[in-house]
Amino acid sequence: MKVLVPVKRVIDYNVKVRVKADGSGVDLANVKMSMNPFDEIAVEEAIRLKEAGKAEEVVAVSIGVKQAQETLRTALAMGADRAILVVAADDVHTDIEPLAVAKILAKIVEEEQPGLVLAGKQAIDNDMNATGQMLSALLGWSQGTFASELGVEGDHAVVTREVDGGLQTIKVKMPAIITVDLRLNEPRYASLPNIMKAKKKPLDEKTAADYGVDVTPRLAIVKTAEPEARAAGEIVPDVDTLVAKLKEKGVV
Amino acid sequence: MQYGLTDEQEMIVSTVRSFVENEIYPHENLVERTGEVPKEIADEIKRKTLELGFYACNFPESVGGAGLNHLEFALVERELGRGSMALNHFFGRPQNILMACEGEQKERYLMPAVRGERMDALAMTEPGAGSDVRGMKCAARRDGGDWVVNGTKHFISGADHADFIIVFVATGEDMTPKGPKKRITAFLVDRGTPGFTIRDGYKSVSHRGYKNMILEFDDCRLSDAQVLGEVDGGFDVMNTWLYATRITVATMCVGRARRVFDYALTYSAEREQFGQQIGKFQGVGFQIADMITDIDAADLLTLAAADRLDQGLPANREIASAKLFASEMLARVTDAAIQIHGGMGLMDDYPLERFWRDARVERIWDGTSEIQRHIISRDLLRPLGA
Ligand SMILES: Cc1cc2nc3c(=O)[nH]c(=O)nc-3n(C[C@H](O)[C@H](O)[C@H](O)COP(=O)(O)OP(=O)(O)OC[C@H]3O[C@@H](n4cnc5c(N)ncnc54)[C@H](O)[C@@H]3O)c2cc1C
Ligand SMILES: Cc1cc2nc3c(=O)[nH]c(=O)nc-3n(C[C@H](O)[C@H](O)[C@H](O)COP(=O)(O)OP(=O)(O)OC[C@H]3O[C@@H](n4cnc5c(N)ncnc54)[C@H](O)[C@@H]3O)c2cc1C
Repeated sequence: MKVLVPVKRVIDYNVKVRVKADGSGVDLANVKMSMNPFDEIAVEEAIRLKEAGKAEEVVAVSIGVKQAQETLRTALAMGADRAILVVAADDVHTDIEPLAVAKILAKIVEEEQPGLVLAGKQAIDNDMNATGQMLSALLGWSQGTFASELGVEGDHAVVTREVDGGLQTIKVKMPAIITVDLRLNEPRYASLPNIMKAKKKPLDEKTAADYGVDVTPRLAIVKTAEPEARAAGEIVPDVDTLVAKLKEKGVV
Repeated sequence: MQYGLTDEQEMIVSTVRSFVENEIYPHENLVERTGEVPKEIADEIKRKTLELGFYACNFPESVGGAGLNHLEFALVERELGRGSMALNHFFGRPQNILMACEGEQKERYLMPAVRGERMDALAMTEPGAGSDVRGMKCAARRDGGDWVVNGTKHFISGADHADFIIVFVATGEDMTPKGPKKRITAFLVDRGTPGFTIRDGYKSVSHRGYKNMILEFDDCRLSDAQVLGEVDGGFDVMNTWLYATRITVATMCVGRARRVFDYALTYSAEREQFGQQIGKFQGVGFQIADMITDIDAADLLTLAAADRLDQGLPANREIASAKLFASEMLARVTDAAIQIHGGMGLMDDYPLERFWRDARVERIWDGTSEIQRHIISRDLLRPLGA
C-alpha cells in the first residue's frame, strides 16, 4: 500500500504573528516557516505504518510556493520516500484555498493510487479544517477525521476520533482519507543519516496547470485584525474572595 | 566561503535546535539546583542522540561517525551551546584525538567511544601548569618495559563520567639553548587502573553540574600499549587533533548568546516604563543593536574559521580570533541582557544570571583570552622578526 501525505508550509508555531498594516493578512516576509504541526503527525503516522510493514511507500505532497520544497525535504528527512511539489503561487502571501488544494490532490490520487491519504486535520495558519473532507467528497472515498488512533486491518481502517463528547471509534473502508489530530503520535526528529539522504530522494516538481486546476481564490479577505489584548488579571488574597468575585461577575 | 547554508545544514540546525529545546531545556533547572545530572536523564539523552545518529557525529564514517565537516559540526555545537553544558555532555562528542588510536587501541577506545559505550575525558592542566602546559610536573619514568606515572591533574571536565582519560604526561627533558624543555607523551588511562584515582574537584560558579575533577597518579603503572601516538610525541597529537576544539568554545558561545538575546529582545518589547516599551528608549534600543551586531560578527568569524579547516587552510590565528571574540562577546551580551531586565535580570526567576555566570569560564578554558591574543600576535609578528 502507498500512503500519500499532503504537507503545508505554514508560519512556525513559535513565531509571534503580526498583522500587516493594511489588514490584508499576516506578515510572512522574513518569518520562520515550518511544516504544519498536524501534517508532521500525519508524516509520522505514515512512516510508522511503513515500519510496521503495513505500507510500502510514503509520498509527501506540498502545494504552494516553491519554498515549500524545504517542507518536503523535512518530510523526506523524517522518512518519507519521495515528494511531489506543486508550485501554485509565486508570492509567499498567496494562500491556496482548500477546494483548489483538494482538486489538485484528487488528481494526484488518481495518478498515484494510494491506499490511504493521511492529512492534518487543519493547517494552523487559516484553521480551515476543510481539505480532507473536500478531497473525500471529490473522490467519493470514506473519511475518518480528527484521528487520535489509527489501525489498518486488511482493507479497513479503524479510526478513533476525537469528538466533542469524547472518543468515537469507526471502521472505514479503504482507500480512505484520514485527518489526524494532536494526540495521534509524537513526531520524531529527523535522524542525521536521514537528513543526509533526503537530498538524494526524488522530488518531482509540477505546477497547478499540469493538473488543469484553477487556483484563483474564490474567497475575499475583508479584514485581518489582531485579537483584542487580554485585560490584566487580578491577584486575590484567598479562595473566598475568588468565589465572591466570580459570583459578582455572574460566572458562577 | 559560501554565505548561507545548504538544505541539509538547515535541517541539521533545526533538528539539533528542537532536540535542545525539548530534551535539554526541561531539565536545566533541576541540574542547576542540584549540581548533578541524574543517571536516568543522562542515559535518556545519550540513547536518543545515538538513535538519531548524532552521537559522535564529528567522527568520520569509516569509524561509524556521521562524517560531518568542521563547519557542520560547528553548527551542531552552536545549537547545543543554547543548552546546559552538563546535560549536553551526553549528546556525546568524543575527543577527535582518539583518531590517533592504533592497532588494538581502536577496538578498546576509539570504537566504543564512537558507539557511546565508553566516555572519555582529556587531562592536561595541573595545579602548577595551566597556560604553560609544558611546565607540567606529572611525569612517567621507565620501569622495565612499563611506565610508572606520578603527579596530579586538576580541572578535568567530564572525568566523573569518563571510562578512560587521555592524559598528557612528561616523559623526559631535553636541553635546548633556551633551557630545559619537557618531552610530553599522551596516554590512554582506564578508570580503575591501580594507582590512578579520580576525585571531586572544585565547585565552579560556571556550568553547575558540569564537573571538573582532580586526577591523582601514585606509582600508576602503564604499558606501551597505552601510549596514544608516539612516545614523546604528545605535542604532535595535541597539535594535530586539539587545534580545532577552540571552535567548540566559540560556537557554543554564539548559540548561548542567541538564546540570551531572545530574552532581551522580548523584554525590551514588552516591559513598559515611563508610559512606553523600554525598547523605544534609545538607551535600550541601541544596546539591542550592539548585541546582535556582536553576535553576528562572532558567528561569522567562527564559521569562517571552521570553513578554513574544511578547506585545509592554516587556521590557527583565525580559530584564536574566533575563540577570543566569541567568548568576550558572550560576556558583553549576557551583561547587557541583565541590564535590560533591570533588577529582575539578577533573580533566578530568569535564567539570565545563570548565563552570565556560565559565560565567565569561556574566557578562561581552552586557552585564556590572553593566550589567544598571544597566539594571534605571534602569528603576525614572528614572520617579521618581532
Ligand atoms: C571549569 C574548567 C574546566 C576545565 N576543563 C579542563 C579539562 O577538561 N582538561 C584540561 O586539561 N584542562 C581543563 N581546564 C583547564 C583550563 O584549560 C585552564 O584553566 C586554562 O588553560 C588556564 O590555566 P590556569 O587556570 O592554570 O591559569 P594560568 O595559566 O595560571 O593563568 C593565570 C592568568 O595568567 C595569564 N597568563 C598566563 N600565561 C600568560 C602569558 N604568557 N601571557 C599573558 N598572560 C598569561 C592567563 O591569561 C590568566 O589570566 C578547565 C578549566 C576550568 C576552569
Ligand atoms: C537586590 C535589589 C534590591 C533592591 N532593593 C530595593 C529597595 O529596598 N527599595 C526599593 O524601592 N527598590 C529596590 N530595588 C529596586 C531597584 O531600585 C530597581 O531594580 C531599579 O530602580 C530598576 O528598576 P527595574 O528593575 O524595575 O528596571 P526597569 O526600570 O524596568 O528598567 C529596565 C531597563 O530599562 C532601562 N530604562 C528604563 N527607563 C529608561 C529610560 N527612560 N531611558 C533609557 N533606559 C531606560 C533601564 O535602564 C533598564 O536597563 C532593588 C533591586 C534589587 C535588584
